[in-house]
Amino acid sequence: MTSNRGPARLTDGRGLVVIRGGRIVDPASGRDEVGDVWMEDGRMIERPSDAREETGGRRPFVIDARGKVVTPGLIDMHVHLREPGREDKETIQSGARAGSAGGFTAVACMPNTDPVIDNAEVVHFVLERARQADIKVYPIGAITKGERGEQLAEIAEMVDAGIVGISDDGKNVDDPAIMRRALEYAKMFGIPVIPHCEDMNLSAGGVMNEGVVSTVLGLKGIPNAAEEVIVARDITLTELTGSRLHIAHVSTAGSVVLIREAKRRGIAVTAEATPHHFSLTDEAVRTYDTNTKVNPPLRTARDVEAIQEGLADGTIDVIATDHAPHTIDDKAVEYDLAPFGLIGLETALGLVIARLVQTGTLSLMDAIRKMTVAPARILGLPGGTLEPGAPADVTVFDPDRQWRVTPDVFLSRSRNSPFYGWTLRGAVEYTIVDGRVSGWAMPGGEKT
Amino acid sequence: MPEETTLVLDEKGMFRVMTRIAHEVVERNRGATDIALVGIRRRGDSLAKRLATLISEIEGHPIPVGALDITLYRDDFQTRFPQPVVRKTAIPFDIERRTIILVDDVLYTGRTIRAALDELTDFGRAKRIQLAVLIDRDGRELPIQADYVGEHIPTTPHETVVVRVREVDGEDSVTIERTDRGQGSGVRGQ
Amino acid sequence: MEQVQLRSPHLLGLEELTREEIQLILDTADSFKEVIERPIRKVPALRGKSVVNLFFEPSTRTRISFEIAEKQLSADVINFSASTSSVAKGETLRDTVRNIEAMKVDVVVIRHAAAGAPQFLTRCLTHSVVINAGDGAHEHPTQGLLDLLTIRDRFGRVDGLRVVIVGDIAHSRVARSNIWGLRTMGASVAVCGPPTLIPPGIETMGVEVFYRVEDALREADVINVLRIQLERQHGGLFPTLREYARTFGITPERLIHTKPHAIIMHPGPINRGVELSTDVADSERSVILDQVTNGIAIRMAVLYLLNRGGDDDVE
Repeated sequence: MTSNRGPARLTDGRGLVVIRGGRIVDPASGRDEVGDVWMEDGRMIERPSDAREETGGRRPFVIDARGKVVTPGLIDMHVHLREPGREDKETIQSGARAGSAGGFTAVACMPNTDPVIDNAEVVHFVLERARQADIKVYPIGAITKGERGEQLAEIAEMVDAGIVGISDDGKNVDDPAIMRRALEYAKMFGIPVIPHCEDMNLSAGGVMNEGVVSTVLGLKGIPNAAEEVIVARDITLTELTGSRLHIAHVSTAGSVVLIREAKRRGIAVTAEATPHHFSLTDEAVRTYDTNTKVNPPLRTARDVEAIQEGLADGTIDVIATDHAPHTIDDKAVEYDLAPFGLIGLETALGLVIARLVQTGTLSLMDAIRKMTVAPARILGLPGGTLEPGAPADVTVFDPDRQWRVTPDVFLSRSRNSPFYGWTLRGAVEYTIVDGRVSGWAMPGGEKT
Repeated sequence: MPEETTLVLDEKGMFRVMTRIAHEVVERNRGATDIALVGIRRRGDSLAKRLATLISEIEGHPIPVGALDITLYRDDFQTRFPQPVVRKTAIPFDIERRTIILVDDVLYTGRTIRAALDELTDFGRAKRIQLAVLIDRDGRELPIQADYVGEHIPTTPHETVVVRVREVDGEDSVTIERTDRGQGSGVRGQ
Repeated sequence: MEQVQLRSPHLLGLEELTREEIQLILDTADSFKEVIERPIRKVPALRGKSVVNLFFEPSTRTRISFEIAEKQLSADVINFSASTSSVAKGETLRDTVRNIEAMKVDVVVIRHAAAGAPQFLTRCLTHSVVINAGDGAHEHPTQGLLDLLTIRDRFGRVDGLRVVIVGDIAHSRVARSNIWGLRTMGASVAVCGPPTLIPPGIETMGVEVFYRVEDALREADVINVLRIQLERQHGGLFPTLREYARTFGITPERLIHTKPHAIIMHPGPINRGVELSTDVADSERSVILDQVTNGIAIRMAVLYLLNRGGDDDVE
């Protein structure tokens, strides 16, 4: 499937660029004001004294951002780009393009590829591919060899090669002793350990949230406890080791309570939640649409509310998509047989604005913080701010434009979205990476 | 709505016609010893019961009566919408070696009788089958004729013959309803 | 003429049927019972229609019941079971059914271990009617309907009766279809079994939950006993079949304190001596064989009602 949407490559990253008259929202500096943003040769700069638009001097490339929001480039610290191994689902290039269309200037990709990113060779491969991509791609390495949970991967070599964190995402690290050693070992690199918390015995055979809806549908459920017992375990192990934990895709009310309490006790834990977990409940599964099959599963309204509260009070630091592409053929099977996962890069910003900002759950500033400076700090990435000297990674979007989610808007190779028919708010107009400006045609829909 | 309604038979008229048919049946079959009546639902079975009573009064012995629901044998089943309600067929006797008299209210295209003959055949091999109808209104689409006819009423396709019976409709009457538009082919159009 | 029709072109479950629709199916099935008693048990209603019985899970009795119903309606019947099919060669369900539809099949009767497989089929198919013959632990609508018919035969009504379903509720599509159908028809429903076999939130379906079988049976007019599967023991859901039989098995002793007219139902096949003692299964209270006969009438009714023609109003 192809999409007819952009991007238009407007500059090559060299020279002067100015974004004029937009609402600047930069959580790192606390700026929220209308003004101009300048960059030159791939870096953010103060307004240069010799800049001239009308006469003489240096002529900048001008982006008119009146009525638009200008933020640091969005960072998604949890995506699956499927390369190497399942290039039919996504490639680093196609995933990066989808990210760019969604307003992201950087993503961190999970290591459950084929082969798994569990050694420096695969890290080099990913980074080599990433050089041709539209946006920055940071690999996350596996905790254990082959994500088999048995033996630590060669983490030091991978750190040298460029990984920004370790995770066996998609799988739980079942053995608590291995998890303990991973946390200890990671301390010497200052990188976070990012667990996928799921007790595999409790979740065995489950395909959706365990509750009233699974009872009615006759589908095997995954109880909240499957996540929570491991969240509790990993928090305890983090306290034991004095390491740094970042809990991936928090989905339950109980996990939010555990993380809140851990933070209160000063344990170095951070957490992320996905747009689908703050937007959808297990009611979405009622039609047996396999695009609603995701792990952790869509939970109940009570959990969605708790996730939103956790985002609002800072318990959950980051919004990450867990973008998990699967082909139409992969998903066009019985619910029990379909793979877990849904695509999220291109709907994330629209869901954040429609479901969190518009509803008053988060200020625009807080929402952008969770998609820029927060993930940048957790992973130790450059960027996440518009301060002079930072890389010229900027996102410009129209916060009021509504658009309808249809299969043809996506630039991802896959189409497994549960949001078809939804009207989202907030459309990306420019994604700027190291000063290279990409302009995006609107994903359809009316400005209101 | 009908533009014009003509009364063909009232309660008394219907009784007289039915009585005449009862006598004809007995006369034609030289008695009624091996006769059984089978009415076609919904109004034919009411008429069959009445006819059985009249015949048994003449002959002095009870006449077996059954009812046939031909819905499942219709040739227009696949195209009809809404779908006809399936009612019970009840043939509480062995039809082998009997003379069966099929009873229906109106004979029109003949398709109902065709379906009834098919269904009846599935219950066994009757010695002979005869047909009694209250109204014969012409318009046959199959080579089927009645042996006993209450009234012969030549009609056009714009006319509808409406038979009402006490057991189903609360009154006995036969009327012709004339409409200017439409097929007007409903013979039991309640 | 006053007409009730089924709103959906498919029969996927009893959850979505209205009281009027269930009533229509039961009344129609009543008429078909007479057809089953005829010397020639065949009517031409579905002549020229082809029905494929697509069984991805072994089920001799449901398949035979459908097949008899189809043949008595004069449909052309094709049986397709997973073991003899291209499924063994790795073909997806979607490809399998689209191929079958391309062969101009009018009705697809599907039994599948995956809940929601019939719903999935309706999205793959463009014109065939889909009838759910049991999907995973989700629904088994014709079983639910034949149980309703059996209850109505015995009591003359369903409204106001107390029905208790005993056994493995969690894994039972029969339980779910029964609960929906019975609730819609006005019965009060209780389920009973060990907590490990009672699914979470079942109360929201409008049923009462009992863990002690004696308490559950006291007010029952109908006791529907579910088959307990040995594999559940291996799944650790109860210690042994022996203990299950002693705790939940329906025996003559357990029936002493029930209403004298209470009937026993079972969807079959029975594990004699486990969930149901032989004495009870063969007693006068048992309507298990009536259920089997009613199954054919119900399936004929469903096939008939779903095989309606186009929109042109002939008469």
